Amino acid sequence: MNGNGRHHTIIALVQDRPGVLTRVAGLFRRRGFNISSLAVGNSEQKGLSRMTFVVDGDQYTVDQATRQLDKLIEVVKVANISEEEIVSRELALIKVKVTPETRGEILEMVNPFRAEIVDVGAKSMVIEVTGSGDKIQALYGLLEPFGVLELMRTGRVAMVRGQSEARVSDDLVLDYHGDHLKVNEVYEVGSY
Amino acid sequence: MEYTGAEIVCESLLKEGVEVIFGLPGGAVLPFYGALSGYPQLRHILVRHEQAAAMAADGYARATGKVGVCTATSGPGATNLVTGIAGAMMDSIPMVAITGQVPRPAIGRDAFQETDITGITLPITKHNMLVMDVDDIAPAIKEAFYIAQSGRPGPVLLDIPKDVLAGDRRPFVWPESIDLQGYEPPGEADEIQLNQAVELINQAERPVIMAGHGILISHAYAELRELAEKAQIPVITTLLGISSFPTDHFLHTGMPGMHGMAYASLAIDKADLLISLGMRFDDRVTGRLSDFAPNAKVVHVDVDPSEFHKNVKATVPVLGNLKQVLKQMLPLVDRKTHVEWLQYIDTLRAEHPSLYIRQTDELLPQFVMKQLSDITEGNSIIVTGVGQHQMWAAQHYAYKEPNSLLTSGGLGAMGFEVPAALGAKVGRPDKTVWSIAGDGGFQMTLCDLATAVENNIDVKFAILNNGTLGMVHQWQEFFYDKDFFATVYSGNPDFVKLAEAYGITGIRVTDKAQVDAAIRQAMETPGPVVVDFIVKQDEQVYPMIPAGESVNEIMEEPIPERIF
Ligand SMILES: Cc1ncc(C[n+]2csc(CCOP(=O)(O)OP(=O)(O)O)c2C)c(N)n1
Ligand SMILES: [Mg+2]
Repeated sequence: MNGNGRHHTIIALVQDRPGVLTRVAGLFRRRGFNISSLAVGNSEQKGLSRMTFVVDGDQYTVDQATRQLDKLIEVVKVANISEEEIVSRELALIKVKVTPETRGEILEMVNPFRAEIVDVGAKSMVIEVTGSGDKIQALYGLLEPFGVLELMRTGRVAMVRGQSEARVSDDLVLDYHGDHLKVNEVYEVGSY
Repeated sequence: MEYTGAEIVCESLLKEGVEVIFGLPGGAVLPFYGALSGYPQLRHILVRHEQAAAMAADGYARATGKVGVCTATSGPGATNLVTGIAGAMMDSIPMVAITGQVPRPAIGRDAFQETDITGITLPITKHNMLVMDVDDIAPAIKEAFYIAQSGRPGPVLLDIPKDVLAGDRRPFVWPESIDLQGYEPPGEADEIQLNQAVELINQAERPVIMAGHGILISHAYAELRELAEKAQIPVITTLLGISSFPTDHFLHTGMPGMHGMAYASLAIDKADLLISLGMRFDDRVTGRLSDFAPNAKVVHVDVDPSEFHKNVKATVPVLGNLKQVLKQMLPLVDRKTHVEWLQYIDTLRAEHPSLYIRQTDELLPQFVMKQLSDITEGNSIIVTGVGQHQMWAAQHYAYKEPNSLLTSGGLGAMGFEVPAALGAKVGRPDKTVWSIAGDGGFQMTLCDLATAVENNIDVKFAILNNGTLGMVHQWQEFFYDKDFFATVYSGNPDFVKLAEAYGITGIRVTDKAQVDAAIRQAMETPGPVVVDFIVKQDEQVYPMIPAGESVNEIMEEPIPERIF
């Protein structure tokens, strides 16, 4: 989805130090931003990790989330790449019930998804599938009638296509693209 | 020579130019205290409660512009710092807090006096670190001081386990530089933003400058004044921006917002341009956002980009260090007169005399502030608590010098008035420091009067004693059907006797006629003095824009005959 929808993809390059994840997660919580998925792992640079967040909310929320993240000392770069051409992937492991009768049917079903069977047991098998969230959801929907015993999904990982390095804090966008009214929302805060 | 971890802390603090540390020891931080006793260059001021250590460090930082340093032991010592640290975060105060932690092998085992203070202070520090290796101490301290005072300042906490402080000796290596990849405070503004901002300023017919704390933090008073005078723009100062522009300057247009001058809020209402300098559009300033500055475009200059569009949409955001940005701007701004606009504001001032103090025989708190302002000629450092007295101190004192009003603005922490005043006086021994206290707030931290006595910290305490939690009482009066539940203090101590118990001169003032003499006596008496002004109860702070309302709903004090 693009930047005007409810899901936004933000990537951040962070220093690999104890407590970074807590710091980032804490920031989202206390500012009332909703993370719908989060993936972390090593980056190509030593001592730095890359995080991919999928954040729910309107443009105001996402702009604030990005700028607040950028303020964390250990966050080296942040970018909202929702408007970019991106490649994004999720991975899921699905353990589904099988019987001798259903086995063939399931294998056939899995094929077009380029999913792999990674474990086969007497009464179940584990299917690994990567792709967009929609693709995973579609396969899950097909498998559900057979009886899904366990589902394990990662968060989304994403990357901007082509040469561009992720748009980032050095040229953090200062303009406001969101709905003006959101900023001017009527509210009363506290007292003394 | 070889040093223990604790000695490395001391050596590092000396490298950072630290002169004074406010603190109180305990088990986990004892190795540090053991080392401190061998470093007389690092003055240690022993407090009675760790909250005072943090707030004194805060007051010291506000008064001097240097980093305030406080220290406490693990567990309860560290948690007692929390309110002081939170206040420093809200008001962008450079502070370094050093806490002892239980020894490394005990961490995570619910050891005696173990609390996860880095976890607790995560959202109320600019940064914090648990230092798990002796060799990390010096770099951590260098980073902490750099982070605390650069960009938008804030508190940094270092938690150091006891065995790291006490461990093996090793050489002291002070790092030449620091490497913070993800942290680069902005300097000069981008040309494009700058030019857009200047264009709006040059075109504006009814501009106002809203000067915030950023002016004081970046020492941009001279530039602010030059800008205002060159283009003849009225200057409104936010609560924390007070003293960034001389109160008696003809362009000074007062404080805006909830208890600000009606004419300031009305000027904002009519303005076609807000030039917002180092301020963050707090809700106390804006009231209802949809009605705030309805006719104005906004040039917002700040060092923290997350402030742009957070509460008010900026037409042109300008990212940079305020002093540098103003220097860039000045030659590009046209000389202007804005005669009509300034005349209009003068009419507003005449029609809304927000600083009017009514004639009466009763002892009014506003009158006390006014007399104090006149007698000290606006040259003292005023440190306040939170409540009605805070607002009267903001309104009725004619601040002359930068950083002369120290007040807990963002957090609004009662009890600030005593310890922050001590810190301010320690940092600025050349200035007269008046603590303007509420009877409520004073009782939250008065234990540290003993600290003033022991260290001969010459602060004059003026209690505006209304026998109530006055500001809350006022809200009950206006918004809760005058149900004055839990806001009247019927058993306040005798503050004069209390002062005497601490060995301090106490003066009681019950009558208007005694005010001037009491102020003069306090200033002539060497050392700390407590003046207990028994002021009229049930006095309200005016003007008032109720929370969440706009300038259209402003309540002004009824004035018997119109005075012009
Ligand atoms: C630590 C803390 N607790 C509670 C409050 C809420 N509060 C705001 S003003 C106020 C009354 C303050 O009373 P006092 O210090 O006597 O000042 P006054 O308003 O009477 O001048 C209270 C309770 C606060 N700001 N800080
Ligand atoms: Mg009171």
